[in-house]
Amino acid sequence: MSVPRFWRRLKNLYNLIGTHCGKCGGYFYPPRNMCPICRRNGIINPIKFNGAGLVVTYTIVHTSAKDYSKLTPYILAIIKLDEGPRLTSQVICDHSDIHIGMRVKAAFRKLGEESDKGMIYYGTKFVPMESKV
Amino acid sequence: MNVGIVSYGAYIPRYRIRVEEIAKVWGANAHSIIDGLMVFEKSVPDIDEDTITIAVEAARYAINRANINPEKIGAIYTGSESHPYAVKPSSTVVAEAVGATPHLTVADFEFACKAGTAGIQACMGMVGSGMVELGMAIGSDVSQGAPGDALEYTAAAGGVAYIIGNKDLVANIESTYSFTTDTPDFWRREGMPYPEHGGRFTGEPGYFKHVSCAAQGLMDKMGTRPSDYNYAVFHQPNGKFPTRMAKMLGFQNEQIKQGLVVTHLGNTYSGSCMMGLAAILDIAKAGDRIFMTSFGSGAGSDAFSFKVTDRIEEIRNGAPSVEKLLADPIYINYATYARHKGKIKL
Repeated sequence: MSVPRFWRRLKNLYNLIGTHCGKCGGYFYPPRNMCPICRRNGIINPIKFNGAGLVVTYTIVHTSAKDYSKLTPYILAIIKLDEGPRLTSQVICDHSDIHIGMRVKAAFRKLGEESDKGMIYYGTKFVPMESKV
Repeated sequence: MNVGIVSYGAYIPRYRIRVEEIAKVWGANAHSIIDGLMVFEKSVPDIDEDTITIAVEAARYAINRANINPEKIGAIYTGSESHPYAVKPSSTVVAEAVGATPHLTVADFEFACKAGTAGIQACMGMVGSGMVELGMAIGSDVSQGAPGDALEYTAAAGGVAYIIGNKDLVANIESTYSFTTDTPDFWRREGMPYPEHGGRFTGEPGYFKHVSCAAQGLMDKMGTRPSDYNYAVFHQPNGKFPTRMAKMLGFQNEQIKQGLVVTHLGNTYSGSCMMGLAAILDIAKAGDRIFMTSFGSGAGSDAFSFKVTDRIEEIRNGAPSVEKLLADPIYINYATYARHKGKIKL
């Protein structure tokens, strides 16, 4: 991820800020500038999701892209936020605990880093809802 | 000056390593180390946790505990000796992640283990002078100890955030007093991964001199005595130093027991005595008085006197207690610990 690309998405990554269409009630993450349903009639506004959701499906990654090699094996899941949108994220928990339907909540973690001298990317991952962390 | 704590939040990573596990690797006598340090285990950050992620989690808990509007926070100071960047503030990330940007001032503080309490004093000045409505002071560290060094048995990870203001206080800050000298007891040079220290030299001319002078200086300034306080908490590089310090000053073991979290947490450096204070606030009652003195190598100490208000009951359960954060740890072996701490270079 380039520095400008990360910087442009920074608020969305840190605080799960997406968009909401005031006309059809749709929620979007990543944020959309135009409602895909209402098109030009949509009323799009930013919204901060509450960070709670559930695991729709998941996989355990053992062989990763180079940027994530220090994290393997890690859980990569599709999370459905309580407001509706789905996103792909890591879930931080014991691998024997992860399951479809598991309730999760947002946590602030390092997403990656360019190198020892490059940018560190921060953002949202998920932990079990009952977790104290 | 009517200034005090409006809210607080703590964060401790879930991983722990026992002293026995570290001692086993270096062929050391674990029982002798445990007896000498009064530390049984220490917290370890996850692979994707650092000073910034810990500071953000603590700050979010502080905001949620008292339902604070983050846009009212006019200053954020993050104290740490393990800021991830040599040049780029941790506090900008924290401010953005808690929704306090852009109308505020932020800066990173560094003063070994007392950078967090220096942040509290800076916030007291900002709030007291009317420059800001609320200020946030954070002590957060993923402290480093070289493999095989004595520090490796205690250098832990954790963070605490305090929101300072002059309304809806859970604890009034009755007074503060600092004692500072140029004492080279502990340091880390630019670009070096691990700190150096003066061994036993860090005790008498470092810790004991500065903590005792700051603590006694504050009590002299206020005309108080140890018996005037329900609780006391001192910087906790290990269990033995604060226990001995308390005794030297005339405090009883019962007064320091609740805040002595180092035994199963380790030394969280900038978060050390601030974590002990959080553990005390978790159970304190209205009217209780708390005495706190930090210590940062280099060297200096900040002493504080707090008086708890009845507002504490309203916000106490809005975020996890230190006891809850310490419960249910995941114990790891030395190899996993080395991986989490980045001691293995790929």
